[in-house]
Amino acid sequence: MNWQAISVIYKSEMLRTRNTLLQSIASPVISTCLYFVVFGSAIGSRIQTVGDIDGQGGVSYGVFIVPGLMMLSLLTQSISNASFGIYFPKFTGTIYEILSAPISFLEVIIGFVGAAATKSLIIGTIILITASFFVDLKIAHPLWMLSFFILTCVTFSLFGFIIGMWADNFEKLQLIPLLVITPLVFLGGSFYTIDMLPPLWQKISLLNPVLYLISGFRWSFFEISDVNHATSLLMVLAFLFICLGIVWWMFRSGYKLRQ
Amino acid sequence: MSTIVSIQNLCKTYDSGHQALKNINLDIKAGEIIALLGPNGAGKTTLISTICGIVTPTSGTVTVGGFDNIKQYRKTRSMIGLVPQELTLGAFEQVANTLAFSRGLFGKKPNPDYIEKLLKQLSLWDKKDSPLMRLSGGMKRRVLIGKALSHQPDILFLDEPTAGVDVELRKDMWHLVSELRESGVTIILTTHYIEEAEEIADRVGVINNGELLLVEEKTDLMQKLGSKELSIELRQAITTIPDSLSNYDLRLSADGTRLIYSYDVKSERTGITKLLQLINSAGLQLKDLHTSQSSLEEIFVNLVQQDKKPVEKAS
Repeated sequence: MNWQAISVIYKSEMLRTRNTLLQSIASPVISTCLYFVVFGSAIGSRIQTVGDIDGQGGVSYGVFIVPGLMMLSLLTQSISNASFGIYFPKFTGTIYEILSAPISFLEVIIGFVGAAATKSLIIGTIILITASFFVDLKIAHPLWMLSFFILTCVTFSLFGFIIGMWADNFEKLQLIPLLVITPLVFLGGSFYTIDMLPPLWQKISLLNPVLYLISGFRWSFFEISDVNHATSLLMVLAFLFICLGIVWWMFRSGYKLRQ
Repeated sequence: MSTIVSIQNLCKTYDSGHQALKNINLDIKAGEIIALLGPNGAGKTTLISTICGIVTPTSGTVTVGGFDNIKQYRKTRSMIGLVPQELTLGAFEQVANTLAFSRGLFGKKPNPDYIEKLLKQLSLWDKKDSPLMRLSGGMKRRVLIGKALSHQPDILFLDEPTAGVDVELRKDMWHLVSELRESGVTIILTTHYIEEAEEIADRVGVINNGELLLVEEKTDLMQKLGSKELSIELRQAITTIPDSLSNYDLRLSADGTRLIYSYDVKSERTGITKLLQLINSAGLQLKDLHTSQSSLEEIFVNLVQQDKKPVEKAS
């Protein structure tokens, strides 16, 4: 393994975050605060509790949206960090250096995806801390929560890496996150449980893969879920392996990298 | 000298159908400077990129230091430094950091002392903390050289290193190249500037339409393919060449004061002694004599034009 190469790619990507600290860190904190003000206080105050199963009492709406909010940021940040990380060297032409260096595809992925996932983990943690100032948070299954947290960051960073490899202009770089991911996250139960929807839309929602992530993550906090948490974990793992397979094929075939 | 890079039957056809390399065979000796000359689109960059692993060959093999550049890519790439043709650099990184980054990519541990030495050698030490976007074109070119040398390669590829740089920087680069050669680095450069090849290369390869037309020692090439010209200056202008000199390949200058005789340096007899006797017999008085040899540029142009002729005929 070329550990030095992994280390310099990782550090260089992390340095980029440090150089754009305001955009990288302050932005998710501010948007989280805004979501809490709008959904938690203004709208949430008119909703009693969510997820009241068998009369055992659910959680307040402000608390309920925390996992969804975290997932919303994790997914979008993981994709945008990783896609930009690999797209920018392609755009400037500096990718030649990586292609001519003694590095395997696995090492390139560990460097770029590792850095993107780390940034998402930091942002997720900041959101969690910020949320704890607004609501009283309890995590029922910390290990499950951590597993979903890390797996989601890694999986969607890999997905972002694929988008960055595929994109050959800035428009394409934004296309999937804007037109596919954001709607899927909003319609995947970030701010509601699907039993609030009419029966037909509940069934349609089950086709949304993001629903499984949010549901599993939320279960690890409050034991409230739309689908079984083991199914959620399997879905994340399946998506992780699909992304790994696509990235492996891209490097193997030199897709949009080697002519 | 032992062979450090060996290229066997190398072909590259792009997805578009363009055949960029046609059965290239070339051995590069350790420690030499070889210049690849060729017009735009000749295949120079594709050849370099294939050796470095950026372009995948359609067929053929490349070995570097005895290792296959695809199967044993870690070993071959560790030996190579590449300075690309374009000024491909990031914008916000600092000069010293970008060199350290390149060193790390090649698996070398950080060595701030070596990076400092390199930056000083490239006259970039005072810019070590500057963001790359604030550098001039010439400085960016130096940074690219620094990045390529940051991992102390045995072989350095310079893809048109002096394209678009001023004369002073070009001379600096030539100086740096000769210093590197003295330290044992093998250098392969592509260039449009014939004078560059003439100035620094040991061997010259001419590539056109994806074919390596020839590879020769520079001096041999100039001797083998170069013709010499004898310029005979006359005291008084003449209007026509005297009939007694009609057996010679002579041209008369526009002002009538110079006779130009082209002859082959390879032939045993140049005919100069007899020509001078005949000029004297014709009553022409000599003012001065001087000879000149065709430059590498003229040789190159001739070769490329000859290579074009069969294509033109075929089309």
